[in-house]
Amino acid sequence: MEDERSFSDICGGRLALQRRYYSPSCREFCLSCPRLSLRSLTAVTCTVWLAAYGLFTLCENSMILSAAIFITLLGLLGYLHFVKIDQETLLIIDSLGIQMTSSYASGKESTTFIEMGKVKDVVINEAIYMKVIYYLCILLKDPMEPHGISQVVPVFQSAKPRLDCLIEVYRSCQEILAHQKATSASP
Amino acid sequence: MVLKAFFPTCCASADSGLLVGRWVPEQSSAVVLAVVHFPFIPLQVKELLAQVHQAGRVGLAVLGTWCHRRQEAEESLGHFLEGLGTIFSHEPWLQLCREQGSKLWSCKATRRQVPPCPGAPYEDQVMLVFYDQRKVLLSQLHPPAALPDCLAGDAAPSAGGLAAVFDTVARSEALFRSDRFDDGPVRLSHWQSDGVEASILAELAKRASGPVCVLLACLLSLVSAASACRLFKLWPLSFVWSKLSVCEQLRHRLEQLTLVFSTQKAENPTQLMRKANVLVSVLLDVALGLALLSWLRGKDRIGPLAEALVPVADHVAEELQHLLQWLMGAPAGLKMNRALDQVLGRFFLYHLHLWISYIHLMSPFIERILWHVGLSACLGLTVALSILSDIIALLTFHIYCFYVYGARLYCLKICGLSSLWRLFRGKKWNVLRQRVDSCSYDLDQLFIGTLLFTILVFLLPTTALYYLVFTLLRLLVVAVQGLMHLLVDLINSLPLYSLGLRLCRPYRLAAGVKFRVLEHEAGRPLRLLMQINPLPYGRVVHTYRLPSCGCHPTHPWGSLCRKLFFGELIYPWRQRGDKQA
Repeated sequence: MEDERSFSDICGGRLALQRRYYSPSCREFCLSCPRLSLRSLTAVTCTVWLAAYGLFTLCENSMILSAAIFITLLGLLGYLHFVKIDQETLLIIDSLGIQMTSSYASGKESTTFIEMGKVKDVVINEAIYMKVIYYLCILLKDPMEPHGISQVVPVFQSAKPRLDCLIEVYRSCQEILAHQKATSASP
Repeated sequence: MVLKAFFPTCCASADSGLLVGRWVPEQSSAVVLAVVHFPFIPLQVKELLAQVHQAGRVGLAVLGTWCHRRQEAEESLGHFLEGLGTIFSHEPWLQLCREQGSKLWSCKATRRQVPPCPGAPYEDQVMLVFYDQRKVLLSQLHPPAALPDCLAGDAAPSAGGLAAVFDTVARSEALFRSDRFDDGPVRLSHWQSDGVEASILAELAKRASGPVCVLLACLLSLVSAASACRLFKLWPLSFVWSKLSVCEQLRHRLEQLTLVFSTQKAENPTQLMRKANVLVSVLLDVALGLALLSWLRGKDRIGPLAEALVPVADHVAEELQHLLQWLMGAPAGLKMNRALDQVLGRFFLYHLHLWISYIHLMSPFIERILWHVGLSACLGLTVALSILSDIIALLTFHIYCFYVYGARLYCLKICGLSSLWRLFRGKKWNVLRQRVDSCSYDLDQLFIGTLLFTILVFLLPTTALYYLVFTLLRLLVVAVQGLMHLLVDLINSLPLYSLGLRLCRPYRLAAGVKFRVLEHEAGRPLRLLMQINPLPYGRVVHTYRLPSCGCHPTHPWGSLCRKLFFGELIYPWRQRGDKQA
């Protein structure tokens, strides 16, 4: 079962949340971030090239212009491959674990998988950064202390959805975690 | 809990048979390793499993049945397979079934015994996780470094979630040794059943490595015995050896080569990787050194280089002379104390003159020396760089001497000033209690003390200026040498084999796993594909980095500035033999 809804992130950009319910024990949430805007790309390129042209008129060295083109290309490629995240996915599988995938604009995918044995809970935390923002995070168990928390792993860090979107994801995750706790409690 | 069945992708097209693998009750997961085909004798299957158990210390069992329907529904086969459940009893009994050519599977897991708590179902829900057996067998899992207290090196198969799957597959290597062309009693399907993988080159290398290792180990032990001979421990020689960085580098290389060619087998994968890294690093070093050698010989560059060296040294000495003349005048408009200025300036000028004569004395031998140095490049680029760094140190020895003189003079002055400043204020340094105490001085003590203090204060700018100039020169030379040492360190410690492995065979170094949900239909079990998540490059370098020489500048910036201010001598690198000061 699949459905799509649109939300907005904390800066006001549009986000699309795709939910897939594969089975009662496996759900996937896919958040698509706003694409690279042509306006900002043109603005940055023009600034860099104008600066290079200004330097060229001072130094009369044409290497500056070719260096500027080179830097712009490399910078764009580096930005697309290492910085710009297109889609963030959260896959939660009962009794296996939680997987977070970030797909970059150049097609690269970076995945982290956390086993269910290490997951203590999934919560929505508040943070104060010029205003109050909410983020969803996974709490990991501490092997030393039975009631302690060893790590807090934030989810959807570059999409940064608002509270309404987070509540949807939170409810679904809690259903699966509750089911998992119920079945693991019984031997 | 949902029952997870880890199924190898190579067996998805195999004929019907029995599923053989390991059951992990804590995770409620069944790791299927192979499929046993008909006809078989149950006793022989049990014998094979016992053999593998002995070889790998992993408890395998018959987990269930696998049915691959090639024609229309074969009901008889279905009943036959169910009957097998009575011969090989296992809790829970897994039944996987697949239509030929279809992507839809059906799985059932039944429990024969009465469940321990009422209300638990007789049948469990099953989740299928496909994995690539060959990649999981060859890969090595690297747990995250964030848990410092986690137990490492358990003898028994670890129960930690997915690490159990990797462990099981790795320990069951004995099961994968037979292929379908063997005439064994039992016919298996697994990743090697189409033919055992082997490479002629690898086999030849394995056969040849034994005698070659023994020979090289003998040679290396001879060399290390010769170098440890008593003759080299006499005082002047041992002092010289400890100061030259090329000796340090050669010793480091000798140690590494002894490790690589030792006749002991590597105990665990980490040691094997270390040996491989050292070997590749040494080979690259020698290749780069030979490239440098051929470049030097190619256009006969040694001659012009040697001819250019003496004029360069002369030029540097001349520049130093100009500098000293400038200091003896009125440098940067500052007014110096003429008498002290002249004394210091003349002293340094004479020293410089001695140095220039020494260089001129050496000039006929420079080309010979350079030729031999170039020859040493075939031992490796690191050796050549270390020799170059040592040559720079020798050629700039006079700058080092000037720095030492200036620093000592300045240090004495600062000590005197601080002690007399205390006297000026009526205090004294109490050596017993290591603190400043008040003290009552006599009038003549105060008088002489104040006089000396005034003299030292007015002579301070001159000494400070000489100290500053020579310290800057010394720091420049140290920076150049440091750069070369950095390059040598980089070649020494970079794990090139691991990086190459990560580039070409990313599944060998695993940071974890990732899952992908395959085509799903309502009512059918969930199917997932488990793939290996490779280790990021930064972690590869961090985990497998080789220990370097240890000749780094080890001062934090704060203590360095403090030493410079008080005129204490800076020793840029601590040699390996020195202990903490």
